[in-house]
Amino acid sequence: MNKTVLYHLIKKEFILEFRQKSTLAGILVYIVATVFISALSFKKIIHPTIWNALFWTIFMFITVNVSSKSFMQETKGKGLFNYLHYHPQTFILSKIIYNMVLMAVLSLLTFFFYSWFVGNMVQDFGMFLLALLFSSSAFSGVLSLMSAIASKANNNISLMAILSFPVLMPLLLVSVKLSKHAIDGLAWSVSYKYLLILVMLNFVVVALATLLFNYLWKE
Amino acid sequence: MIKWWKILSALLILYTLIWGMLGPVPQLDILNETIRNVYYHVPIWFAMLFQMGYSVVYAVKQLSKNDLKTDIISHQAAQTGLFFSLPGLLTGSMWAKFTWGTWWTFQDPKLNGVAIAVLIYLAYFILRSSIDDEQKRARIGAVYNIFAFVMMFVFIMILPRLTDSLHPGNGGNPAFGKYDLDNNMRMIFYPAVIGWVLFSLWILNVKKRLAFLTYANNEI
Repeated sequence: MNKTVLYHLIKKEFILEFRQKSTLAGILVYIVATVFISALSFKKIIHPTIWNALFWTIFMFITVNVSSKSFMQETKGKGLFNYLHYHPQTFILSKIIYNMVLMAVLSLLTFFFYSWFVGNMVQDFGMFLLALLFSSSAFSGVLSLMSAIASKANNNISLMAILSFPVLMPLLLVSVKLSKHAIDGLAWSVSYKYLLILVMLNFVVVALATLLFNYLWKE
Repeated sequence: MIKWWKILSALLILYTLIWGMLGPVPQLDILNETIRNVYYHVPIWFAMLFQMGYSVVYAVKQLSKNDLKTDIISHQAAQTGLFFSLPGLLTGSMWAKFTWGTWWTFQDPKLNGVAIAVLIYLAYFILRSSIDDEQKRARIGAVYNIFAFVMMFVFIMILPRLTDSLHPGNGGNPAFGKYDLDNNMRMIFYPAVIGWVLFSLWILNVKKRLAFLTYANNEI
């Protein structure tokens, strides 16, 4: 694995993303529209549990949507080029890191719009931000591999959702629990173990994804 | 040809079915006579986990050896495991009704874990059916199988130990091993585990042979 190659691959992803602004703008519109619809339909959310559940549901759908296209642009020719030039682990790591950054930014944006329209209930901001950050990085690890799998199987979007929702569930439950603690403003001594699990899951997910991608990549 | 372990599994299950109903059990509050479900509910889950573990081992073998036979075994084991989740859910649901007062509860991480495990394996079968090429299906299926098993393992084995659970051994509830399971029960519980695991292997054996034959038939 080569670090400069990794750096350039990540840079390439960003350049491609910013060159084609329509997809990024599309995601932004998606976020605002979803949050706005939920704000309109719920009017006012009083209960923190519902606030939390709705936020993470929106978050999950956004992340699945964002990552589902991360392998879609790989045409036959491009895939062959990548296969000949890059080490598979470098390649998947570049995708994961790029998705991590993208999802962290998008989750912050979602939180911003959500607290703007629906109202903010979080008492412990530091804890909530940590939960957001670590869960978006773990999500990106899972979803990058799932989108690679879905791109190898023929029908993309529906399969992506079917494959990733059950696998995301353990992650999602831990982050929901952690962010509920943050909303209630519980002490760190109560919730540090969930944070620890989330960090541990990050390592597990990224390690597994890099290991298993080797085998997906061969045609 | 009849193998000895097939006879053993049938005898063990028969023994646990009969003696499990007749044998002495400790008289406990709430549980009362439903404690006998330990002989059926728990071993069936063990058989399911065993089959899913078997499936993952063969998925790893498939990735390292690239042999289609290992893929067939892995697929059949996953099917057998999913099949065992049905009686596991049924016995568990009945037990829950008579002890916790409800057929299903979302409060318990193990119940959620099982629901997710069933979803994961259904997704695995959908993934397999959407790929036509055999070699590709074997490889991609194995990748998803391994990844999904690890996530499921985290969910079923690690998370329940941290959160509150209604199941014994989690969240401050005493485990069976401590005092619920006395020596009389052990004499039935352990044979039941061995019997059901062997029985699941028997089912797998039949399914595997059938799948090999179908495969060979399709080849011609």
